[in-house]
Amino acid sequence: MGDNDYILEMREITKEFPGVKALSDVTLNVRRGEVHAICGENGAGKSTLMNVLSGVYPHGSYDGTIVLDGKDCEFRSIRDSEARGVVIIHQELALIPYLSIAENIFLGNEKSSAGIIDWNQALHDAADLLARVGLKDNPQVKAMDIGVGKQQLVEIAKALSKKVDLLILDEPTAALNDEDSAHLLSLIAQFRDNGITCIIISHKLNEISAIADRVTIIRDGSTIETLDLHGPEPVTEDRIIRSMVGRSMDSRFPEHTPVIGAEVLRVEHWTVHHPVDSERLVVEDANISVHAGEIVGLAGLMGAGRTELAMSVFGRSYGSRISGTVYKDGEPVRMRTVSEAIGHGVAYATEDRKRYGLNLIQTIRENISASALGKVARWGIVEAEAEIKVAEKYRAEFRIKSPTIEAVVGKLSGGNQQKVVLSKWVYSDPDVLILDEPTRGIDVGAKYEIYGIINALADLGKAVIVISSELPELIGLCDRTYAMSQGRITGEVARADATQESLMHYMTMGKGAAVR
Amino acid sequence: MNAVREYLGRNVRQYGIVAALIVIVLFFQVKTDGRLLYPNNVAALFQQNAYVMILAIGMVMVIVAGHIDLSVGSVVAFTGGLCAIMLTRWDMPWLLAVVLTLLVGALVGMWQGFWVAYVGIPAFIVTLAGMLIFRGLAIILVGTTVAGLPKPFNAISNGSLPNWFGFAGNLDVVTICVGVIAILAFALTQWRSRASLRKHELAVEPMAAFVMKIVFTAVIIGLFTYWLAQSSGGTPIVLLIVGMLVIAYSFMLNRSVFGRHIYAVGGNRHAAVLSGVNSRRVDFGIFVNMGVLAAVAAVVTTARAGAGVATAGTNYELDAIAACFIGGAAVTGGVGKVSGAMIGALIMGVLNMGLSILAVDAAWQQSIKGLVLLAAVAFDMVNKRRSSVG
Repeated sequence: MGDNDYILEMREITKEFPGVKALSDVTLNVRRGEVHAICGENGAGKSTLMNVLSGVYPHGSYDGTIVLDGKDCEFRSIRDSEARGVVIIHQELALIPYLSIAENIFLGNEKSSAGIIDWNQALHDAADLLARVGLKDNPQVKAMDIGVGKQQLVEIAKALSKKVDLLILDEPTAALNDEDSAHLLSLIAQFRDNGITCIIISHKLNEISAIADRVTIIRDGSTIETLDLHGPEPVTEDRIIRSMVGRSMDSRFPEHTPVIGAEVLRVEHWTVHHPVDSERLVVEDANISVHAGEIVGLAGLMGAGRTELAMSVFGRSYGSRISGTVYKDGEPVRMRTVSEAIGHGVAYATEDRKRYGLNLIQTIRENISASALGKVARWGIVEAEAEIKVAEKYRAEFRIKSPTIEAVVGKLSGGNQQKVVLSKWVYSDPDVLILDEPTRGIDVGAKYEIYGIINALADLGKAVIVISSELPELIGLCDRTYAMSQGRITGEVARADATQESLMHYMTMGKGAAVR
Repeated sequence: MNAVREYLGRNVRQYGIVAALIVIVLFFQVKTDGRLLYPNNVAALFQQNAYVMILAIGMVMVIVAGHIDLSVGSVVAFTGGLCAIMLTRWDMPWLLAVVLTLLVGALVGMWQGFWVAYVGIPAFIVTLAGMLIFRGLAIILVGTTVAGLPKPFNAISNGSLPNWFGFAGNLDVVTICVGVIAILAFALTQWRSRASLRKHELAVEPMAAFVMKIVFTAVIIGLFTYWLAQSSGGTPIVLLIVGMLVIAYSFMLNRSVFGRHIYAVGGNRHAAVLSGVNSRRVDFGIFVNMGVLAAVAAVVTTARAGAGVATAGTNYELDAIAACFIGGAAVTGGVGKVSGAMIGALIMGVLNMGLSILAVDAAWQQSIKGLVLLAAVAFDMVNKRRSSVG
């Protein structure tokens, strides 16, 4: 294996979406037979890069060249890339739950002649493939009847069935428990010994240290550097973190001096399981608290469990087998439905405005009053004038840019939609406001305005929790920040100590998955 | 005038459907040599189509919430049959029988609402089952027909308001009073809502469009009043019932918390739940309401036929659903108005009557109605696509 024997060279890849440059001049070189890790924060461009490579974004929709085995590639679809031995396994598993393992493995690639499937051949081959990934299950078992860990292995078996040379795994262990993770990682090591090159995207730095030969770090859509983990100088996790963070502090923050009062909300020993797979821990023994007038951040990488923690506290709108206690103003309270949560003065503004936050086909007025319609109604009848006044008040106060409150929310810009979401929850007059990614997908100017609104809310004595994937935002905005990793609160950092490195250190703190 | 044109452009769907109704009326008026709008035909138009209009009020709420109700035809037969039995075999006073019928309708609605809202079975399945269940029960109860209903009961659908004030020329004065009240009430409510909008410096339609709307509506109501005043009976009682239901339900959907919750749940169920709306209670409520309105339609249908009939209400669900979609309700939920559904029902009614006067074969009538439904929804789709591009 020569040092410059590259199986894959991606040169100066640039990919733009309307209004956003997701990748700019990214270069990635992968040596034949190595395990190559890709690291970066949420939204750094890792998945976009892999989608370019696998043909999800067809040739022509990006700039730059891809050279595979010394030959230029112009993939127009996943089929094209698979034909050249490049197989991607996405984070969200793509198995069809009602089909058997064997049917899933050969889906789209059926063992057939003249359109007739030879099931005996298929079952035989499936059993061979399952043996290669260390699964002993009967290939006729339905995919929904096996756990996530085994499903992940079936995905890999499916990839092997396609004569794979370059296997790409996007966050393969994100949903797995320690044991399954360890098995998967040992499998990857085994593939390497058999000559299959692997690209693995992961947040878990301990896994990367254990399994990868080299790691490329991407930040803000650009390649930062590629480190050789077997080089003369040892590469520590802190070294990787230093490259991952250091996102430019381009956002400005309004001046704010906090006036922190009594504790308003405390969550103790909060444990949440996955809503479908009730064996899987999503939040584990989390303890957080927030005071009046305080802005508390919640940092974490994808899958850390931040949104799940917030939504499960907010009237159990996520998860199953939830345990733990919520204290409001020092008293334990019952918040089993969203109505009860709102009744106790808790509000949650979602990260996914369009799906969970707004009714896009209704007007600004109707959306703002939606969570506290009772306040503008008497005897179950909405008082038109009162409702209009409320909507006008927030349109002026939050500077929602729209000629009228009768504008349909779906036609507003992201920033203005976010202001409508904020108006809706501020109008419900909560004591605790949980804001999940309040500035996602909105421009710098609107961000600054939203920071101002958040500060103003804290000055009114509200307790504010901000979930954000942008570390500069948490550092600039929050009086205190919790970091989460793999469902657990791994650290708590005061404003004075908050740096991107210190937060990222906690955000990537693993459970210490045992790797062979 | 530019402002008016721009305003009309923005509300193309709302006015397009009214325009389509007018075009269809004019077409048949010409084709039938003026027979379509004979005074007695105008009265019959309402008497024959009251059931669709009543059902469509409930159906539009079901559809806005993102569901569908296939059972209403069978529920009409079941509750109507029960009503006829209460009147004949049990000799109940007709008013009591009507009230009990509405109660049974509410129970039927609770039954279906329970499965949809609290068990989570899709409404399509629940009401498909209901369609079979209640048709079967209707046949078991009624056999084929239960006839011999009291006259005052039959008058609900066939009678008219009594001629208290005599005639002015050949015009029934009571009908003229009703018409004048309707025009004044419409103008007044429009004026008040405009004044309220102005007070808050909200965009109002241009004055010219506002005046045109009122004049236009006044002319339409005036024309119908004129025709009805000449008809043999004057104002049909069912027209009054339908009119009151339309007003009450329009108000409810626009202004009540419950109405708002229906739009919220239909437009984005997740967001509504996360805003603290109890979506199950909303689902349950609309099905109970649909059951009651189906019972109202059953009373009207039974009174019109003068008998409980086991096969009554066949295909009524399809008429009601078609009226809603022609009237601009969205298949995906969240969008729809009572007024739209009423115009949709009238379009179907005028088509029925016009084609019948022209002696078009019943089979052709069905096909033509199907094409009209398809055209209306296709127009919607094209229109929506154009506006989202532009």
